[in-house]
Amino acid sequence: MTTTHSPPAIAMNGLRRSFADHVVLDGLDLTVAPGTVFALLGANGAGKTTAVRILTTLLGADAGSVRVAGHDIAAEPDAVRAAIGVTGQFSAVDGLLTGAENLRLMADLHHLGRVTGRARTVELLDRFELTEAADKPAATYSGGMRRKLDLAMTLMGEPRVLFLDEPTTGLDPRSRRDVWRIVRALVADGVTVFLTTQYLEEADELADRVGVLDHGRLVADGTPAELKRRMPGGHIRLQLRDGDGLDAAARVLGPSARDDEALTLQVPGDGGIGALKDLLARLDRHDIDVTRLSIHTPDLDDVFLALTGNSAQEKAGVS
Amino acid sequence: MTSPVIGQSDVHFGRFYPLRDSATMLRRNLRHMLRYPSMTLTLVGMPVVFLLLFVYVFGEALGSGIAGAASAGRAEYVAYVVPAIIVMTVTSTVQGTAISVATDMTEGIVARFRTMHIARVSVLTGHVLGSVIQAAVALVIVIGVALLVGFRPSAGPAAWLAAVGLLVGVTFALVWLAVAAGQACSSVETASNVLMPLVLLPFLGSGFVPTESMPAGLRWFAEYQPFTPIIETLRGLLTGGPIGNQAWFALGWCVLCALGGYLWSRRLFNREYGR
Repeated sequence: MTTTHSPPAIAMNGLRRSFADHVVLDGLDLTVAPGTVFALLGANGAGKTTAVRILTTLLGADAGSVRVAGHDIAAEPDAVRAAIGVTGQFSAVDGLLTGAENLRLMADLHHLGRVTGRARTVELLDRFELTEAADKPAATYSGGMRRKLDLAMTLMGEPRVLFLDEPTTGLDPRSRRDVWRIVRALVADGVTVFLTTQYLEEADELADRVGVLDHGRLVADGTPAELKRRMPGGHIRLQLRDGDGLDAAARVLGPSARDDEALTLQVPGDGGIGALKDLLARLDRHDIDVTRLSIHTPDLDDVFLALTGNSAQEKAGVS
Repeated sequence: MTSPVIGQSDVHFGRFYPLRDSATMLRRNLRHMLRYPSMTLTLVGMPVVFLLLFVYVFGEALGSGIAGAASAGRAEYVAYVVPAIIVMTVTSTVQGTAISVATDMTEGIVARFRTMHIARVSVLTGHVLGSVIQAAVALVIVIGVALLVGFRPSAGPAAWLAAVGLLVGVTFALVWLAVAAGQACSSVETASNVLMPLVLLPFLGSGFVPTESMPAGLRWFAEYQPFTPIIETLRGLLTGGPIGNQAWFALGWCVLCALGGYLWSRRLFNREYGR
């Protein structure tokens, strides 16, 4: 990477924040290199949104130092605001204005001038496939269209550091892919992206580095591949025809989790070709009739069970 | 009008444009009003209904009461009550301000504004200017209806000018109060009720009947509450009655209310946003 000498786009050191007695962020350290995508993973209530709100100057920190785009968030919040763009979890569009008016509002607030502002509006509407809906009030937009408009408004100011708080939560698969495509294009232009998500798949698609947040602490930090390697939980799921088949398969395949009601068997494994061939050969040898086979790679549930096992069980025990 | 956060600006990242940003926010609010005129119509409707009610239902009886002569009636009461109705138009408009500010605060767009490099106060001044314009439109309509039902002001150009100035001052002051109240409310429902006392205050002053006709305790309150000097001053300007030092009290209340509302608003807007 050629960016080793440039200062990090985001750097936080010992970031703490609590609300009343509840500690939400408990000493967070991380840096994000310019032009890269960092994904912060975590369950609801893990502190993701609080982290984003602090990074985007909406909230103050109790302790620790945070620099965004080279500026300290506490000392120079305005310099930070000039460099960032934020698309929050809840859509930040003006529902009473049309899509085009929302974009022109942003153009005016960035003092782009009438001609440039209009040209950028047309361009962004086109890029986000909103041209047809440009003159309809944003309140009539679907969830996916609102999110796209939201992102388009954020991009009007050409931010150098972009914060996306759960950008695809609640979106249909097509809109999700649209958002991913847009984010990739931005990163190609050198924008730094800090995103939070509940979906490992999303982090996998977009992020250069992933951090896992649990109870206000970063419990893992690495590339998606590194993270997945640390995560057990991959398994092969077999659907058997009857109870006898299930008994036979369980005997042949060794330690596995069986579900007698659903007639399924979960065999640990990462779905590698060798292991799969071996498994099929053994089933074949014993004439076991499998009606369906599926391979499950680790998902966020597995991530949490692996990285935050104890606390997850505690939580389950309490509630 | 500058917010304290403006002072901390970093020279590398450009200046702030409070006037330009306020104009942008004003355009946004005017567009809301034009696109959804039902709110404005509701706000204008209330004083008009009260005007018609007090002139045609109670006018005859109250007219002979206030003038102290059996020959006096509806025409005299119109002259007496219209200044109160005019002030009520302003209090009615600021209800709408509180509602639209509260609505705005519940929308994500204000969170977006807070993360942008803009003059923060413009979010509020946009509402203030928009509401002052909305009040001006409402006042023109209500005064028009008042003229239709027989209001015949004796004011000359200078007195009219002073009356307009007073109304702008009163509106400005109450709008800042409403902007603060709208932010202080956690929901739009609360915001729609929180300024109800403002609508009732003219009744508990010299707006509809002279304070001399009230029992002692109420009379004391009526004479010292802010709406009495405001209505008395307006009445004096429009219909030529004595004003005395009421004008100073009226201006004093306006300044106090505007300043208090502004400072409270600014403090509320700069508080930490959510969690």
